[in-house]
Amino acid sequence: MSTTHPPTGPGASAAPAVEARGVSRTFDSRSGEVVALTGVDLTVRAGEFVALIGPSGCGKSTLLRLIADLDQPTAGELTVFGRTPRAARQNQDYGIAFQQAGLLPWRTVRANVELPLELHGTGRAARGARARELLDLVGLAEFAEHHPHQLSGGMQQRVAIARALAESPSLLLMDEPFGALDEMTREHMQTELLRLRAETGAAVVFVTHSIPEAVYLSDRVVVMSARPGRVREIVSVALGDAADRSEDLREDVAFFDRVRAVRESLHGTGNGTGNGTGAGTGTSTGAATGAGRGADAR
Amino acid sequence: MRSVDRARILLAPVLLGLLALAAWQAAVVVLELRPFVVPSPTAIAGELVEHADLIATASLATARNAFVGLVVGVLVAVAGAALSSGARLIDEASAPLVTAAAVVPIVALAPVLYTMFGAGAQTARVIVAAIVAFVPVYVNTLRGLRTVAPVHRDLLHVYAATRRQAVVAVTLPGALPFFFTGLRVASSLAVISALVAEYFGGPVDGLGKAITSAVSSSSYALAWAYVVGSVLTGLVFYCATSALERGVLGRRP
Ligand SMILES: Nc1ncnc2c1ncn2[C@@H]1O[C@H](COP(=O)(O)OP(=O)(O)OP(=O)(O)O)[C@@H](O)[C@H]1O
Ligand SMILES: [Mg+2]
Repeated sequence: MSTTHPPTGPGASAAPAVEARGVSRTFDSRSGEVVALTGVDLTVRAGEFVALIGPSGCGKSTLLRLIADLDQPTAGELTVFGRTPRAARQNQDYGIAFQQAGLLPWRTVRANVELPLELHGTGRAARGARARELLDLVGLAEFAEHHPHQLSGGMQQRVAIARALAESPSLLLMDEPFGALDEMTREHMQTELLRLRAETGAAVVFVTHSIPEAVYLSDRVVVMSARPGRVREIVSVALGDAADRSEDLREDVAFFDRVRAVRESLHGTGNGTGNGTGAGTGTSTGAATGAGRGADAR
Repeated sequence: MRSVDRARILLAPVLLGLLALAAWQAAVVVLELRPFVVPSPTAIAGELVEHADLIATASLATARNAFVGLVVGVLVAVAGAALSSGARLIDEASAPLVTAAAVVPIVALAPVLYTMFGAGAQTARVIVAAIVAFVPVYVNTLRGLRTVAPVHRDLLHVYAATRRQAVVAVTLPGALPFFFTGLRVASSLAVISALVAEYFGGPVDGLGKAITSAVSSSSYALAWAYVVGSVLTGLVFYCATSALERGVLGRRP
């Protein structure tokens, strides 16, 4: 039902950062079963930036939690760098930034960034040095000794990102990290994230509700549909390397072209404007078939 | 600007207090109120100065019982809360006991305790203060230990933190404000209950005893002076716990 692009390029030989084959997650609730995800096939190559986008409740967070081993799939197979998610977690292969920053309010900004290092036995001096480096990276060096409540939401989110980067993970999982930010800060953070990613070369799985954000940041955009949650289409963005993307890109024709492609794919679900193919409205089966076609057309 | 604000914050209540005292004094003089109805502030102040040593001794005796009871109660409460948060069985087994301690007026036990431990010992008063202090600290600390934000739990799981690390890094610091809320309540309660327990018997020291004996010998102004002493004792306990809280929690939000 869903489409994945075969891995290409130099990273293809290494184990992919994330490999999902027929992954499903069903929740039992009092009012019956909720199919949060079904039959998800997705490959994220090492170093690749993939955005997950889709209507609320389509299972984006669920998928991220499965990858992070915060939850287990009810069917299908999921590997992270060729290991089980559990092994990958124990090996600290990934860093994660949640939608809420999730900082410890009683710790200073610096101590928050040091938390993962501290838990994994890094010495005090090395921790301090790394925290300074990371806070420099996210532009918060002079706030190192502040407490989280003294920071704005956007600054807290940057601390959370610094914390996620602390152990230089080769995979970064981000669940709507910029969701609560104003547009200005948001665009600034997006540019920062592109820079960070160019510097670290990490693969990123990035959940967002914003189409321009997804297009601006990603190599590929995974468009999902709800009830049941599934991958409807994967749109290749191919707007160049993260390092080469600049603010100008937001004004580029190619950028708008990709934004339109993602929007059309998203609107195929049935909440569309009615200018779709007609097959898009109706049951999930119909939508899925439509999705298959849409993917082929790309 | 700031110091002006602070001065006003301090000055306003002081002025109001002085005004109230003046009104009180005027009422006593003008209406010729009898001392057993209410003595005048100047009479009370006179007794305070004249019997400062007696009042201090009585305050210290009550404060000592309250303090020992508070320490014992807090230690048992923290240990109990730690056990209950760690083992469900202990929690369930102890729940009725804690509820009983919360709803039974503990000072009512004082006469029974005096006969148990002998009327010459302070033990009964300490036990009353300890049980009364135990309840708010236990209940609040246990709630604090249970209140771990889901995002923090996820974070610890992601970092593959051991149970011990999780407790040290998140559970304990998160529970501290809850503990201090309980402690602040407990410190006031400990003083009140240690004092009230004196009304029911036991050795003849302490503020409670002093107030009853002053009243029974018709020294009403002196009785009121002892009341002022108990207010001051309560204040000392409250301020000490508040200072401890501020010292430990520092600049937390
Ligand atoms: N722990 C859970 N128990 C029961 N149902 C759940 C649970 N977690 C998620 N769900 C259900 O799974 C579906 C997908 O949820 P999920 O949080 O992954 O959506 P999402 O795509 O992240 O949505 P949003 O964009 O609003 O964050 C929803 O219908 C939700 O109700
Ligand atoms: Mg979500």
